[in-house]
Amino acid sequence: MQPAVTLRVTRYRPEQESEPTLATYEVPYRKDWVVLDALNYIKDTLDGSLSFRWSCRMGVCGSCGMKVNGSPKLTCASFLSDSLPGPIRVEPLDYFPVVRDLVVDMSDFMRKLKKVKPWIIRHDERPLAEGEYLQTPDQLDAYKQFSMCINCMLCYSACPIYGLEPSFIGPAAIALAQRYNMDSRDEGAPERLEILSEHDGIWQCTFVGECTKVCPKHVDPAGAIQQYKLTGAIHWLKSLLLPRGAR
Amino acid sequence: MPRSITPFLWLLFSAGGTVAALLFPIHILLTGLAVPLGWVNAPSYESVLGLVRNPVARLYLFVFVSLPLFHWAHRFRYTLYDGLQVKHLTALIVVFCYGTALAGTVMAAYLLWTIP
Repeated sequence: MQPAVTLRVTRYRPEQESEPTLATYEVPYRKDWVVLDALNYIKDTLDGSLSFRWSCRMGVCGSCGMKVNGSPKLTCASFLSDSLPGPIRVEPLDYFPVVRDLVVDMSDFMRKLKKVKPWIIRHDERPLAEGEYLQTPDQLDAYKQFSMCINCMLCYSACPIYGLEPSFIGPAAIALAQRYNMDSRDEGAPERLEILSEHDGIWQCTFVGECTKVCPKHVDPAGAIQQYKLTGAIHWLKSLLLPRGAR
Repeated sequence: MPRSITPFLWLLFSAGGTVAALLFPIHILLTGLAVPLGWVNAPSYESVLGLVRNPVARLYLFVFVSLPLFHWAHRFRYTLYDGLQVKHLTALIVVFCYGTALAGTVMAAYLLWTIP
């Protein structure tokens, strides 16, 4: 077993430097360590000024997304042993402005996420006394896969279209819109259609499919987008062929 | 919903992709491998001509040729946009891609219509 592994980490301290630089750290190798453990080792013992986001360490919070050896990954789920003998390259996610070191500014994503209204919309909220909204296992299965999204933004970092067209609403936001569209309790699909069928919505996607490849929760945003393109196209046909009242 | 024709082009694209994915392998297997390699005897000119005289066969061949051309057009348009980063040539690319697909469609229709 090798005693140590080298990490090449992107540093960017806006008060010190105008361009990101590369720092090299030697970290003890342990079989059960993930890249996040190595980053925490660096912060605790080698350089306390290294900045990165993390929280749960178990692939649930979606905070620790970074590029590991060029691919967007959750660093808490990327074992050092998968990248031996190293060096392991750690960079901030692509296509987001870097705030500091490995921390990116996620406000663009947060704004887009809110835009697709990822919550249950009802015309009439049922009074509590009438009990809960019941759902069959089949109705749950219709959207469950999309509900696994943890907003880690790896799919945005993997999407070349988002890189070229920053206005593109993006994979996770569309998958989450579809998560609520497919929910039997939800009645908000027409509202979301307005947003998703705009130019910056589903039609920007050219089905590269990288979003689905990198998703750590197997959400399949590419599938959600293609599914929604069919919905959008059918609505387009209806708006063309049917009189206003029958749409 | 904007009155753009993107949804229509996408419908042609996805229909063409479905046709190509489902039917092309069969035709490649039959006319590209099975006949040239002698796995099956080549049908005579007369029997193939007899087959394509059938209106259903003509319609099948029309769909078989036309839709995948539009699939190509849509895919190639975005390959040029994003791959070569030449989005400023939009008008030229659109006319070239969908124009070629349209020309192929018209040619297929003409040839199939005028089979003796």
